[in-house]
Amino acid sequence: MLCVQKLRISYSDGKGNRTAVVRGIDLHIAAGEIVGILGESGSGKSTLALSILRLLPVSAAVEGSIRFQDENLMTLPAEALRRLRGDQIAFIFQDAGAALNPVIPVGRQVEEVIRAHRSWSHDRVREQAKKSLEQVGVDFSIGEAYPHQLSGGQLQRVQIAQALSCEPALIIADEPASGLDAPAQAGILEMIVRRTKAALLVITHQPSSLRVLSIGAAMLRGLPTRVLVMYAGQVVETGALDQLETSALHPYTQALLSCSKPCGRPGQRQKLPAIEGQPASFSRLSRGCAFEPRCSRRLPVCAEREPQSSHHAGEEIRCFLV
Amino acid sequence: MMTDRSTLVEVRSVTKSFTRGRWYSAQRVLALDSVTLSIHCGSTVALVGASGSGKSTLARCIAQMEKPDGGEIWFDGRNLTALAPSACRRFRTRIQLVPQNVAASLNPRWTAAQIVSEPLCVQRWGRANDRLRRSLELIESVGLDSSTLQQNSSHLSGGQRTRLALARALALEPRLLILDESLASLDLLLQAQIINLLIDLQARHSLAYLVIAHDMTLVAAMTDKVVELQQGKIVRQDVYTC
Amino acid sequence: MLKSFLLRRLQHTLLLLTLVSMGSFLLLELAPGDFLTETTLNPRISPQTLASLRDRFGLTKSLPERYFYWVRSAAQGEFGISFAYDMPVRALIWPRMLSTLLLTATSLGLAWMIALPLGVWAAARQGSWPDRLLVLSTSGFLSIPELVFACGILIIAAKTQWLRMGGLPLAVCVLTPVSLPLLLRHIRAGVLTASGATYVRAARAHGVSEMRLWFRHVLPAASHPLISLFGLSVAGLLSSSLLVEVVVGWPGLGPLFLEAVGARDFYVVTGVVSLSAIFLAAGTLLADMLLYFCDPRIRMN
Repeated sequence: MLCVQKLRISYSDGKGNRTAVVRGIDLHIAAGEIVGILGESGSGKSTLALSILRLLPVSAAVEGSIRFQDENLMTLPAEALRRLRGDQIAFIFQDAGAALNPVIPVGRQVEEVIRAHRSWSHDRVREQAKKSLEQVGVDFSIGEAYPHQLSGGQLQRVQIAQALSCEPALIIADEPASGLDAPAQAGILEMIVRRTKAALLVITHQPSSLRVLSIGAAMLRGLPTRVLVMYAGQVVETGALDQLETSALHPYTQALLSCSKPCGRPGQRQKLPAIEGQPASFSRLSRGCAFEPRCSRRLPVCAEREPQSSHHAGEEIRCFLV
Repeated sequence: MMTDRSTLVEVRSVTKSFTRGRWYSAQRVLALDSVTLSIHCGSTVALVGASGSGKSTLARCIAQMEKPDGGEIWFDGRNLTALAPSACRRFRTRIQLVPQNVAASLNPRWTAAQIVSEPLCVQRWGRANDRLRRSLELIESVGLDSSTLQQNSSHLSGGQRTRLALARALALEPRLLILDESLASLDLLLQAQIINLLIDLQARHSLAYLVIAHDMTLVAAMTDKVVELQQGKIVRQDVYTC
Repeated sequence: MLKSFLLRRLQHTLLLLTLVSMGSFLLLELAPGDFLTETTLNPRISPQTLASLRDRFGLTKSLPERYFYWVRSAAQGEFGISFAYDMPVRALIWPRMLSTLLLTATSLGLAWMIALPLGVWAAARQGSWPDRLLVLSTSGFLSIPELVFACGILIIAAKTQWLRMGGLPLAVCVLTPVSLPLLLRHIRAGVLTASGATYVRAARAHGVSEMRLWFRHVLPAASHPLISLFGLSVAGLLSSSLLVEVVVGWPGLGPLFLEAVGARDFYVVTGVVSLSAIFLAAGTLLADMLLYFCDPRIRMN
């Protein structure tokens, strides 16, 4: 359904220097599938998500191809793109408080999304807005409230109601509910999986939120959750979440996944399986593997050239170790 | 793990309430409701609870940034609540609070050396040369390269800045470090790095930690006691010892 | 809620007026001499006449006495008397104020009418050459002192005979470009900040049309700082044109005020200063009221 190929995105700093933050990414999502993109901040994952709907600022140069249901999103005329946004592909932002207009009642903002895509009567739009709000467990009377009167969890629900209101085929969620505490976050994610049949692209730095999604997906859709692990603008490993949890091959994936599991008993003072060093900075990449400076199992070849991605037991991996 | 088992901090039925609204429509909100808690030397206490449960208020009371309405706070055998404010100030150096989103709380125009030596300057600690030596020592103890000393803090990454903030907090050799969601804004791997560093520092300086966190997954390994607050009351205290 | 707010503002305004009038009295008292100092030098006026004049103007009385006289007179709507014109201050100031207001309101309205569309247009095309040109020219205009600019316009007007000296069009031609660049910059910056907000991006991601995006999301958000700015320009309606009036010879408060200060015409100065203070209070009140109706966050808190 969504097919991203050889995507490269670079920002110019206004002085003629270009920094590539997404460096050659392929991404395929089938209808109803749940795909997670896992990576640290600064790995280019949000840029990737925004580029799909052409929401990046003009200073970003995007190369490659992005196709959605036989339409080329890179060259789609502005009006056709507008009709697609929110209707076919919906977007959920990280901070719901910032993504809702502070001076418009939230119910009106849900209606606005519907009105942008359906030429319905006033009453029918209201009816649909009511339905989508109730679907996410928000009473319609709350629609009269302004964002500052609602809690973080309620705001997040309203934002999801906006995304679900036109029954999109794909929902892109950038760190959904990351401002909430762990149980509330899990509740929100579970609700998204439960309330829609749309394909989901979830961007996150927490493996735990993918785990929640994966359980829901297996239960309700009978599909495994696929994960793309991003590091320094590249996908270093892909595979089903369950498979990665037991047998990840890339040292970065291994560290990332083991960090998020409860390990060691309280009071033991057992060290965590952390990776030393700083996350790669895009302006200072060497010609070798981007992860090489922090890798505990590096080979001489790692510093010399970039590993290409290879297939290995159903996973795709970019590492010389396999 | 060898730890000194004497009590460092004792909070005895501390109560604190705030006034909300204007004077004509004021409401008293009880933030802490007779909280009793002890922290041993060199141990870690984790404080958990929903937002608004009084975690930060308790932390601020212990750090002497807030005066409790009732109850006593004992530190190292002295009743801080009974001391005059001037005498209290001496103890402030012994208790350091590392705030939320600490990476953003550093002055971006200052060099790492300036940031770390500031508490030393304020306390008139040694001469300029001694201070520089001490800053270098501190920076290396938190795992930063000595070359970062002359860098502006705006040029450092989030993880490096968190380390720098820890170095600053350690400058006056505190006995207790209060971490108020200090790592929440960092990525998982960086949080893990910093927690490993905290475990090292604890062993080296016999530091006690009071950690406020809403995700216990990472801090679990280093805690000896988990205290849960709910609407200003302690509802659970689990002690783990080995 | 709104009533208590208004009541509080009224108290503030009264306090402000008291302080401003007292300050003005005190400052004039500290300045050497009084209205009759120059007259003393005239040998043809006898000391008896001088003394009787002093007595008539109340200059022999103490400062607090004079202040209370003024307050009483202000309460009756007279604001004291002018020594130079020998008439109540209100009757003297009123026509002058109207003519100042005619000038400032016209040029302010004109400046807003030009700046608003131009600023929004420039912000929507941020980085394009018309935008850059606009930014560059506003900095140029801002760096020219008001007086130099006024003189320049005067010279051009005199040479070309396009505009009549002392006429309204000439004065407006001077005053509008003086306030325009600052307005333009604020409007452009306000719209730029508003259009960068996450909720604007979110609305775009929801497929909201560009037209609606601008009129429902960007412009209302940008209006916030602009309302404060508008309040400030209303506050400056009386005081912003004082110098320009003197230069272009507009018969407003400016020349009168200058003359009154020079002649130590006590009550006239205090009257003009108090009047400006009233405008300041009214301008900020207007801005607050507009914000109150535009922003639910203020309305509900």
